Amino acid sequence: MVETIGNTTEGSMIINVGPQHPATHGVLHLVITLNGETIQKVEPHLGYIHRSIEKMCESLTYRQFIYVTSRMDYLSAHINNHACALCVEKGMQIEVPARAQYIRVIMDELTRIASHELWWGAMAMDLGAFTPFFHAFRERESINDIMEETCGARLTMNYMVPGGVMQDIHPAFQQKVKAFMQLFKRKFHEYNEMVTGNIIFQNRMKNVGVLSAEDAISYGCSGPAARGSGVSCDIRKIHPYEIYNTLEFEEILETGGDSFSRYMVRLNEMHQSIKIIEQLIDNIPEGDFQAKTKAVLKLPKGEFYQRVETARGELGVYIVSEGGTTPYRIKFRSPGFSNLSVLDHIARGSKLGDLVAMMGTLDLVIPDIDR
Amino acid sequence: MTDEELKIILVELNPSVTFDEGGEWLTINIESSQWKLLSELLRRDARLCFDYLFCLTCIDWKTHLTMVYHLSSTSFRHNIVLKINLDRVQPEIETVSNIWRTAEFHEREVYELFGVNFLNHPDLRLLILPDGWEGKNPLRKDFEDPINMIKL
Repeated sequence: MVETIGNTTEGSMIINVGPQHPATHGVLHLVITLNGETIQKVEPHLGYIHRSIEKMCESLTYRQFIYVTSRMDYLSAHINNHACALCVEKGMQIEVPARAQYIRVIMDELTRIASHELWWGAMAMDLGAFTPFFHAFRERESINDIMEETCGARLTMNYMVPGGVMQDIHPAFQQKVKAFMQLFKRKFHEYNEMVTGNIIFQNRMKNVGVLSAEDAISYGCSGPAARGSGVSCDIRKIHPYEIYNTLEFEEILETGGDSFSRYMVRLNEMHQSIKIIEQLIDNIPEGDFQAKTKAVLKLPKGEFYQRVETARGELGVYIVSEGGTTPYRIKFRSPGFSNLSVLDHIARGSKLGDLVAMMGTLDLVIPDIDR
Repeated sequence: MTDEELKIILVELNPSVTFDEGGEWLTINIESSQWKLLSELLRRDARLCFDYLFCLTCIDWKTHLTMVYHLSSTSFRHNIVLKINLDRVQPEIETVSNIWRTAEFHEREVYELFGVNFLNHPDLRLLILPDGWEGKNPLRKDFEDPINMIKL
């Protein structure tokens, strides 16, 4: 057990942030060694929401285990489910109908926008601006309403199943999504006016938490955290799954490596997601929404790995099968876990007040880190 | 680079490697005693340049443990999977956290969940589990806990 409070012999001070702290957005416990206001060391203590999902999955069938994964990165629930469904499909060589693929990609991108919206609102709130939170939630709510109508849930959707999606889309789905995109485009300038262009905000973000490209790769960072340092790592581009290789969108890269760059990556990614949905929403093919699969799924003996791009970065699902109805071993390579490990590296030498900006732009979701 | 080209370079670097067929990516088996040397070569060799360790985990096979490393190169975009069998009673392997920094956290996770001892790791202690869990390894197949339900 490390000493978690008090003074060290070198005259530095140890303070605790969390596990219950508004800026950690969950039960993350950071033990910070300070010299005056300068950070000497940040040590994350994890496990407050560890549910041992990997062990649980070992006794769940290939149809059941997908639902547990919604509870990992609950802001990218669709994408987690998608990764698991893809991994099972890869093992069983199930052909997914085109209609299901289109619906899945639209859902993924809606999830990405909703996740970035929440991140944007919470990020601004961490830095002292409360109003953006409500603006972000205004748009996010309309996505949640769309999800509720089609999937029956607003947060943990459990909509993707091996072979396709659970049920067909709601008749009003396309119209609602288009209405949302109109709303988003109409309101987006407010984001820049309120936050991005604000000089106080920029001063708190620029040159804060600088991460070089080499370090981003070495620490295993992925998603916007790495792309803010100019590392091209979008799985949708480098290992395309579903229909991503037929779609036109850009991988957003910034070269600054600081908190502002990571902020800009996420902001611009929302536009790319809109662009993807626009290409698909009017062209959803007719047909089945689910492939015909056996009632009991059995993966052949072997190992299957599926990489997908969630809102936070690269999620890997690694299934080791012995040929039975449950996985022998399952590993979730979660993006948050690797992104958190870089926090100590970028925070050293910064002021305590800047730590909030760094944590915010790494976009940590604690259940995703703990699993 | 294709798998065949990778095979030629890997055999050149370490003649003791063996290959598994059938996986999505080239799978390589090596002895744990060779791991320190090979891991450095994989990272430094200009033709390979495996700079991104995207997954590090362990599997309990009841008779032995298997460490699994998924490596990728961000410049060449080739991937390999490395497997190293370890003794189940006293599992020990050299750390790679000095080569791929992400391994520091991942190895701590494997240390507490499987009990693998990573030699020369800078800070090997519990990460997720609370104090008092040293020596109990929940992801091993023979782990039973009647009070805290982790199996359904």
